[in-house]
Amino acid sequence: MPADAVSSGRLVDHFEAGLDAPICLTWELTYACNLACIHCLSSSGRRDPRELTTAECFGVIDELQAMQVFYVNIGGGEPTVRRDFWEILDYATTHDVGVKFSTNGSRITAENAARLAASDYVDVQISLDGASASVNDAIRGPGSFVTATEALERWAEAGMRSFKISVVVTRTNVDQLDEFEALADRFGAQLRLTRLRPSGRGADVWEELHPTAPQQRQLYDWLLPRGDKVLTGDSFFHLAAYGQPLPGLNLCGAGRVVCLIDPIGDVYACPFAIHEAFRAGNIRTTGGFTAVWRTSELFQDLRRPQTGGACASCSHFDSCRGGCMAAKFFTGLPLDGPDPECVLGNGESLLSKLPDRAVPRPSADHSRRTPRRPISPCEPSPLAGFEVTL
Amino acid sequence: MAFQAEQAWRLDRRVAIRPEPFGALAYHFGTRQLSFLKTRKLLAVVQALDEQPTALAACREAGVTEQELPAYCRALETLARSGMVVEDAIHAR
Repeated sequence: MPADAVSSGRLVDHFEAGLDAPICLTWELTYACNLACIHCLSSSGRRDPRELTTAECFGVIDELQAMQVFYVNIGGGEPTVRRDFWEILDYATTHDVGVKFSTNGSRITAENAARLAASDYVDVQISLDGASASVNDAIRGPGSFVTATEALERWAEAGMRSFKISVVVTRTNVDQLDEFEALADRFGAQLRLTRLRPSGRGADVWEELHPTAPQQRQLYDWLLPRGDKVLTGDSFFHLAAYGQPLPGLNLCGAGRVVCLIDPIGDVYACPFAIHEAFRAGNIRTTGGFTAVWRTSELFQDLRRPQTGGACASCSHFDSCRGGCMAAKFFTGLPLDGPDPECVLGNGESLLSKLPDRAVPRPSADHSRRTPRRPISPCEPSPLAGFEVTL
Repeated sequence: MAFQAEQAWRLDRRVAIRPEPFGALAYHFGTRQLSFLKTRKLLAVVQALDEQPTALAACREAGVTEQELPAYCRALETLARSGMVVEDAIHAR
C-alpha cells in the first residue's frame, strides 16, 4: 500500500485510532472445505448450519457499499463450494464492492475462468504451500498441488492477468522462495507470501512449522530487494525490527482498519483471531455490521492507545509495534509482550520461561471428525500411509 | 506518463474515493492499488480536476498556496504514475 506525499501527521496514528469503516475486510463465506490443510486458520471442514443465507449475504454487501468499503477478501473454508458463490460475487461487484477471493482451485473450470477474466472487480488467488507436490501436499493434502496448478493453467489460458499465488511461509517451504517466484512467472501470476499464524488448526502445527530464527532473516533478506513486486498483505511487519521496513502499513489493523466476518455472521477483530476474546458482535443483531464496527466495546478498546508493556522500552518498538496480537494470544504470550517470533529473540525466551502457560483454543472448530475421502477417485488417497489393515 | 500541471487531468473512472478525517482513501479497481491522500486539500484538488481545465487550476481552486504548490504537484505526479489520475483527453487543449 503505497502512501503518497503531502502529509499531515502520521497516517499510522489515524489508522490506529480506527476509521468509520474498514479499508477492507475478510469475509469467510463458509466453514465447508474439501481440503483439510493442517494449518487452517479457521479450522474449516464442515459447513455450519447457521451460515448466512444468500439474502443475508446481500444485506452485508449493501452495508459495505453504504460504508464505502472498497473490497472484501472472500475466503472460507472453500468459498466456491457455496451454491450461491457466483451470485454473491456478482452482487458485490455490481454494488461497488470489489472482491478478492482465495480458492484451492478445485472448482475452477474453463467457464468460470473466462468469467473471472472479464471482470476488473474480481481479483483471485490460489493457495499453495509448497513449490513442489511433496512439500505442498504434506500441508494441504494429497493431490492439492496438481489441483492448484491445473487451476492456475486454466486462469492463464483464459487470459487472466495479475492473479495471485498465495503462500503461507513455513519451515518446509522457506527454501523454495525462488521456485515459487519462477512458478508465478510461468503463469504470469503475482506471488503473495503470508505469515503462518498459530490460529485455528495452525496452533497444532505452529511449533514444528513456523520458520526458525535464521529462516526469518532469510525471508526478510529475500523480500527486501523485491519491494512491492511480492505481496505480503502486511503480514511480516514484525520483521521491520531487522532494520528497513517492508512495504506496507506496518501496523496491526485488527478492529481498526480491518476485521473478519465469519460464515455465521460473527465479527472478529481479524481473520487470525477466531476466539471469543476477539469477537465484537454479530451482523444479525440490530444495526448490523455497521453498528458492530462502530460501537462494539472490543473495537473501541482496540482503537485506544495501546501500551507497549514489556516492549515499550525496546528501541525497535516503533518498527515492529509489538508484532501480531493473534500470534501472541494463541501461543499464550501476554498481548502487551513480545511477538513469539520477535526478531530479537524476546518472544522465544519468554516462551521457554513459561512452559506451563495456558494456551487458548479457538472458539469455533469445524474440522471434520473423520479424514476426508479423496477429492476424485483417481487421486492418491489422503489416507495413504495411515490406513489400518486388519 | 509524465505529469504536467498545465495539462488537463482527471481521476481514472475505475478509482473510488472515500473521504476520511486525514484526507481520503483512493482505490483503483483496475490495478487494485490503494493510495492515501494525506490531506483534505489534496482530496479537494483531486475532486476539482474534473471541472478544471488544468491540474494547476484545480490546485488553485482547492486553495493550494504558491508555497504548497510543488508538494501538491509531486503528489499528483505520484497519483499519475500509479494511474489514479489520467490525462483528460476530452479537455486536453
